Amino acid sequence: MVDAIIRHRTSRRLNLRYQPGFGTLAFLCLFMLYAPIVVLIVFSFNDNRSVAVWTEFSTDWYVSAFHNEGIRAAAWVSLKLATVATIVATVIATAAALATTRTRSFRGMTTAYLVINQPLMVPEIVTAVATLSFFALLRAEAGIYFGFGNLVIAHTVFCIPFAYMPIRARLEDMNLTLEEAAADLYANAWQTFYRVTLPLLVPGIAAGAMLAFIVSFDDVIITVFVAGPGETTLPIYIFGAIRRGVTPEINAISTIVLGVSVLFVTLFYFISRRGRNR
Amino acid sequence: MGVTSEQRSAVEARGVTKVFGHGADAVRALDDVSIRIHENEFFTLLGPSGCGKTTLLRLIAGFELPSEGEILLDGEPVGHLPPNRRPVNTVFQSYALFPHMTVRQNIAFGLEMRGVERSKINPTVDEMLQLVQLAGYGARRPSQLSGGQQQRVALARALANHPKVLLLDEPLSALDLKLRQGMRVELKNLQQQTGITFIFVTHDQEEALTMSDRIAVMDRGQIQQLGDPNEIYEQPINRFVADFIGDTNFISARVVASDGGRARCRSESGLEFDCAAIDNTQVGRDVTLALRPEKIRLAKSEASAGATVVHATYVGTDTNYVVALSDESRLEVRVQNALDGHARFRVGDRVSIDVPPGAARMLVD
Amino acid sequence: MANVSDTRSTALKRTAGAVRADHIIAEQESRQRRRRWVLLSPALIAICVFGILPLFIIVMYSFLTPGNYAGVKWEFSTDAYVQFLFERDIFDESVRVFTTDYLEIYWRSFQLAAFSTVAALIFGFPAAYFMATRPPETRNLWVFLFTLPFWTNLLIRTYSMLIIIRDEGLVNITLQKVGIIEQPMVILFTDFAVGLGLLYSYLPFMVLPIYASLEKVDFRLVEAGFDLYASRFRVLWRIIIPLAKPGIIAGCILVFIPALGAFITPIMLGGGKNLMIGNLISLQFGSSRNWPFGSAAALILMAFVMIALMFYVRTTTRGKAMGHG
Repeated sequence: MVDAIIRHRTSRRLNLRYQPGFGTLAFLCLFMLYAPIVVLIVFSFNDNRSVAVWTEFSTDWYVSAFHNEGIRAAAWVSLKLATVATIVATVIATAAALATTRTRSFRGMTTAYLVINQPLMVPEIVTAVATLSFFALLRAEAGIYFGFGNLVIAHTVFCIPFAYMPIRARLEDMNLTLEEAAADLYANAWQTFYRVTLPLLVPGIAAGAMLAFIVSFDDVIITVFVAGPGETTLPIYIFGAIRRGVTPEINAISTIVLGVSVLFVTLFYFISRRGRNR
Repeated sequence: MGVTSEQRSAVEARGVTKVFGHGADAVRALDDVSIRIHENEFFTLLGPSGCGKTTLLRLIAGFELPSEGEILLDGEPVGHLPPNRRPVNTVFQSYALFPHMTVRQNIAFGLEMRGVERSKINPTVDEMLQLVQLAGYGARRPSQLSGGQQQRVALARALANHPKVLLLDEPLSALDLKLRQGMRVELKNLQQQTGITFIFVTHDQEEALTMSDRIAVMDRGQIQQLGDPNEIYEQPINRFVADFIGDTNFISARVVASDGGRARCRSESGLEFDCAAIDNTQVGRDVTLALRPEKIRLAKSEASAGATVVHATYVGTDTNYVVALSDESRLEVRVQNALDGHARFRVGDRVSIDVPPGAARMLVD
Repeated sequence: MANVSDTRSTALKRTAGAVRADHIIAEQESRQRRRRWVLLSPALIAICVFGILPLFIIVMYSFLTPGNYAGVKWEFSTDAYVQFLFERDIFDESVRVFTTDYLEIYWRSFQLAAFSTVAALIFGFPAAYFMATRPPETRNLWVFLFTLPFWTNLLIRTYSMLIIIRDEGLVNITLQKVGIIEQPMVILFTDFAVGLGLLYSYLPFMVLPIYASLEKVDFRLVEAGFDLYASRFRVLWRIIIPLAKPGIIAGCILVFIPALGAFITPIMLGGGKNLMIGNLISLQFGSSRNWPFGSAAALILMAFVMIALMFYVRTTTRGKAMGHG
């Protein structure tokens, strides 16, 4: 009898993996995060205008959103902007990553790193008004005005750190020995970069580009302040539309924008995972 | 330069020193090293980790530059040449195969970079694949190959360029024993077939002894001894070399008689050794002797005092014994089991020790 | 075979070749350095000119006077900062009256940010703990699920919350249908709505750093090292939470700072009555036409952010120095 009790006690170890209520809270958090989005998506297919009463499935709102000139124009502006900003930011970030990774600590390295990440350290509203003021000053005092370019520049700047991170991560995973082997086999600096470094870096660059695109496509605050007339991006359009009143087309277009983000994030995940297996 | 062709070596290091870091953290990886490596030679740099052997290899390849001294290839200094302009190729420890290229493309890489015509590249690649016995594997990627196959691709990739000198940085360390032993033979054959100077880096002394024409034993940035395998094994010059190569007994003894090139020494335990004398062996001097376990002969003894067997380990071809002497010191003895008349000793047996003249070696301090 | 003479050549110690070697090393290093800065310069120039310089511009602006229509007039003035605490009396322009209007806005922002941080911690820590104690394959899925919202549009996520909590929204309709309430509950356009919105926006920022910290903990070690009779709660409180401290602090900072400067959430869910700092700043650059004041308000916000960041750096590096890291 006593033996049984002792055996029972010694077999009952403290299992820290189980904490009462934590699992519930975790699922609750997930629910909290996704429920509103799911509701939005579901009701964008709702036949009536309410976002609370479901009648029947309908893609009417998507159709009318598609025919909406304002939406089409805004989508096009967003796409143009995000593409240009992504390309420029990715190129700049790639160069910066090549310069700051896999290298002995050099003078100014921490400062350079801080500068590259500066856009992430400032609250968006501050960046927005600072950028606005800067461009206003340029225009008023020096007559310099890039038009759409102003917006592109603003987006490119905050995209750079987002593109930089994945590229840097990928570069750090890459063994320097491969470049040494290339040199050993008579490749000069450019050939080594072009034939060995760059092909292996492509997953990182692609991942960086994905992130930059998402961040630019989804941006609201900075765009609100810096965009000029006729430079309405999709988020700006949606923002304005919401303030005028909730309509089902907004649900439809919001779902589409969500879809774009989700698509790019998933792509990003796949590219990163595949790259790491090399 | 004015050197004659007999004096020109395939590779020469003159007074080479390499220091990493600055000031208090500076590490002297190589300290005033000078060697000459001959053409068509299988030369091995042997030593423990951190002895500088890989650093020396990298200096020859051009991945690092010496802090002092110079490296010469074929009699010409190459300090000003980056790695891609030196006629040497390297087989890396991690193979460093390009993962995004096929085996063919890997092997062809050096030829492409040198601008060899397409029509000449393919036959050379085929030839190389044949040479390393990987014909038919050309379209595979490195990730689809086993360790041994990757190693052979790395070899083929380097050899495809017919370099004057091939550098091999511990290429066999990642392979399992059977594969390693097979590759040792293959590498040796390759070297003899191609006539290329091989400079081989390893920490495995058995590898060095089996493959090399000459060995440079290194420790802490300096060359301890340079010679052919027989010399290194039979006539180690100092304690480090004697200890690093094979197993050795170190015996403290005093010189009791000295006559020209020979001396007789007696240890605390009463054993007497006849050995070759090194300079300054006066009578009464304390010396350290190195004695290989397989050179000691044991015989059953009836004497009540003397040596006793305290360990006996059977290892297939031999039996390793540990024998305790009268002064508490121990000797490792190895006896071949196939020897006629070899009586197996057991723990507790009393034995007498016989060391033939010349078996013990006097060491430089 | 002269073994010894091969290895020592003191006479050849410093040859012409040695001097050349130093010179070549130096040349190589300077070439490397030049290449590095060439590669870095586009990024540095872009961000210095268009990211950092604008910050200096608004510092400058905060010491000027408002222009007639927009922008600034080039007259030095500390009005912007004074205005923060002292408003001009509406009847007599030369008199300054102490006002707490703006202080209230900052104070409300602090409260809301703090509320969302604490709420995020209460919900987020258990969630992160749960995630960190799942088997590896499931763990990755959880991380993906928590990371995904971060990359979706903040505006749309806030909008989705809006349509749920508004008077005709899902919450109210459902509660009315079930019979719990008669009239719609006013949730939208309250401080609570804003706080909830902030929590909703930034919850992943709390979960992920805590998860990263907890993932490094070897639970088996902690389990094994403990007396049978120690309670689960005590182990959690005394051992695990201190181990997760870096993640907890990082999470709090990552929630608090963006929440403090939030703009979209208060506008959409607060309806323009429950101003936060972000709205105040925005107004100055919009209808209030007071760019200097807006700049000053923005800089004050920046100052708080810097303080919070420095606090974070101090606590993490001190932690590392003491070997906790």
